Amino acid sequence: MRRQLEGSLAVADTVARCRPRVVAAYPISPQTHIVEALSELVASGGLAPCEYLTVESEFGALSACIGASAAGARTYTATASQGLLFMAEALPNASGLGLPMVMTVANRALGAPINIWNDHSDALSQRDAGWLMLFASSNQEAVDLHVQAFALSERTSLPVMVCMDGFVLTHAVEEVDVPEQEQVDAFLPDFHPRQSLDPDHPVTIGAMVGPEAFTEVKYLMAHRQLRALDEVSAVAQEFESAFGRTSGGLLQPYRTDGAELVVVALGSVLGSLADVVDELRDEGLAVGALGICCYRPWPFDEVRDALRGVTDVVVVNRAVAVGSGSILGQDVRLSAPRGTAVHDVVLGLGGRPVTRDVLRRLVLDVVTGRVGSDSLTFFDLDHDRAAAELARELADTVPANGGGS
Amino acid sequence: MTTTPLRLYQVGTFAAGNRLLDPSERTVQSSADRASSITSGHRACRGCGEALAARVVMDAAMRATGGRLVTVNATGCLEVFSTPFPESAWQVPWLHSLFGNAAAVASGVAAAMRATGRDDVRVLAQAGDGGTVDIGLGCLSGMFERNDDVLFVCYDNQGYMNTGVQRSGATPAGASTANTRPVGSGIGNAFGTGKNLPRIAMAHEIPYVATATIADLHDLEAKVTSAMSRRGARYLHVLVPCPLGWGSDASDTVRVARLATQSGLFPVFEAEHGTVTQVTPIRRRVPVEEYLRLQTRFRHLFTEPGRPDVVAALQAQADRDIARYGLDPEEES
Repeated sequence: MRRQLEGSLAVADTVARCRPRVVAAYPISPQTHIVEALSELVASGGLAPCEYLTVESEFGALSACIGASAAGARTYTATASQGLLFMAEALPNASGLGLPMVMTVANRALGAPINIWNDHSDALSQRDAGWLMLFASSNQEAVDLHVQAFALSERTSLPVMVCMDGFVLTHAVEEVDVPEQEQVDAFLPDFHPRQSLDPDHPVTIGAMVGPEAFTEVKYLMAHRQLRALDEVSAVAQEFESAFGRTSGGLLQPYRTDGAELVVVALGSVLGSLADVVDELRDEGLAVGALGICCYRPWPFDEVRDALRGVTDVVVVNRAVAVGSGSILGQDVRLSAPRGTAVHDVVLGLGGRPVTRDVLRRLVLDVVTGRVGSDSLTFFDLDHDRAAAELARELADTVPANGGGS
Repeated sequence: MTTTPLRLYQVGTFAAGNRLLDPSERTVQSSADRASSITSGHRACRGCGEALAARVVMDAAMRATGGRLVTVNATGCLEVFSTPFPESAWQVPWLHSLFGNAAAVASGVAAAMRATGRDDVRVLAQAGDGGTVDIGLGCLSGMFERNDDVLFVCYDNQGYMNTGVQRSGATPAGASTANTRPVGSGIGNAFGTGKNLPRIAMAHEIPYVATATIADLHDLEAKVTSAMSRRGARYLHVLVPCPLGWGSDASDTVRVARLATQSGLFPVFEAEHGTVTQVTPIRRRVPVEEYLRLQTRFRHLFTEPGRPDVVAALQAQADRDIARYGLDPEEES
């Protein structure tokens, strides 16, 4: 049913319809509305049988999910930012043990300086943790991806992170079609874990593995991750057949046919980007957009195919890898066909708005040669303020008398 | 309840032979149908107190739950010596996740059992003192505070033995460890304000807290049985000497544990909802020196010129706990 709904509440309603048996969460902005709504559903009996654990930290939240999943229960949590990092030790543990579970990440910047607003630093910092990572471009897609995530997680026996932009999506009220309970039940079979803690069939989960077998275990993990690419596509197709709308999948190309310049991005910025592409196409520029929905595993071949014949690729990075450059940009560079110019651009950090105007200016600056492809560009940087600070630091380190004593 | 005073015929031991007891009072270990939850062939050191305790605790819990038991293990000696892939010593469902999260993982298992209609399956979490009093304390306190249906067992060998004998929050003052060497005028591990986990557990007012040692396996089994007869958060703190880390003889493990209790340094008691309900009195009180001298971690206290002041301070700690818990029947007024 289509309803005017806050993104967080739409996600909470959808997660509830996926019938999790254990929810463990610790509050952190901007994830709170999701888990508050779920706690209410559990308390009111609307989600029975389900246990809601009010844990003492995000580390405890993910740890409880690890126990619950290992015991054979469908399991859910949500976090953001520092909370995701507080889970960091447990993230590769959940994936390494092959434990299905779904986690919403309400994307938010990482401190210091502390900042509660949206960018992608949190999720991208955990890109190698072995989780499948899906990025929602709208609240409707966030809703749909949660249904798909449970299916995907349980088929692959791997944990899945559904990333949605903090505040921009989580706190935005718009019309969303939350799937009906019967639809979700038909799409999502009961959870049958591959292994589970059961006194009738005792298993040892989490043994110590030494050098004689560790490489093979890791190789198999890498292999299973890549194989999940097929599952991501398959689940998205099945979702489309069952629900009658397109959501998720590996990539979301927008008017890339015949495009000479393609902007690659993750998340909610794709909506504004599509508008800008329409505008610029009307003005005669051969421009397109490529949304990455499945960020891990990285759809290497699909991205390469999507960028074939493109002259200039612009990567919108809403995170920065201090000391080396960008994160998404590195992945795109690996996939870009030889000879493609990749313009690696950082913008929209810590909640700085990425508006249509900003995106339009970005494309035009690339077209007119103002944004190069040889180095990382901080596109929405206040150059004057940064330069003034650098000058002040320089003045502090150079003695006033010129160094003579 | 009627009780028959136990007669002890063996000299120099505090153990009652099972054949002297009524069959219903005999130990789980004396029974041929014990679960053998952790089998032989694991890689614990000679004289390991933790291996002995884990066997006794798990088999007693298996008996108490009719075999409907799942265990969660923190990283540490017990985890490492029992599960070198592709081997496993565990005959029960066993899950190891991380060092500091055993309590939270166990809470998750218990929640899953409830939510999937299997709450006849009980959960027992195991960790060393590092995984309990230091890195695992946050998750453990959360588990206590929510009163989750988990028995958490700490095998306390008073240090990080698995990583090479460094001090933990449970290491006693005066002990030499790999990172508290008594160099210069140092005494080894400094006197702090203490981190007494049984009392911290009691402050959470959970249904059941108990301490035990491997010197009295009958008592240890009884406490596990009592714990498993209750629901909610329960905590059992077991002193397990470590010959490697303590520098005691492998054949003295049980003796060292007994002297810890008889000196008053390790009070053995039970508490319910924050109140001590039962203590195990000291039978033959000994000076702390008798306990300390068996362990090379305290050797510097007795090597010329020695540190009688440190020994006296440790004695004062023991005396304080003997008075606090009423451990010495002869001191009772």
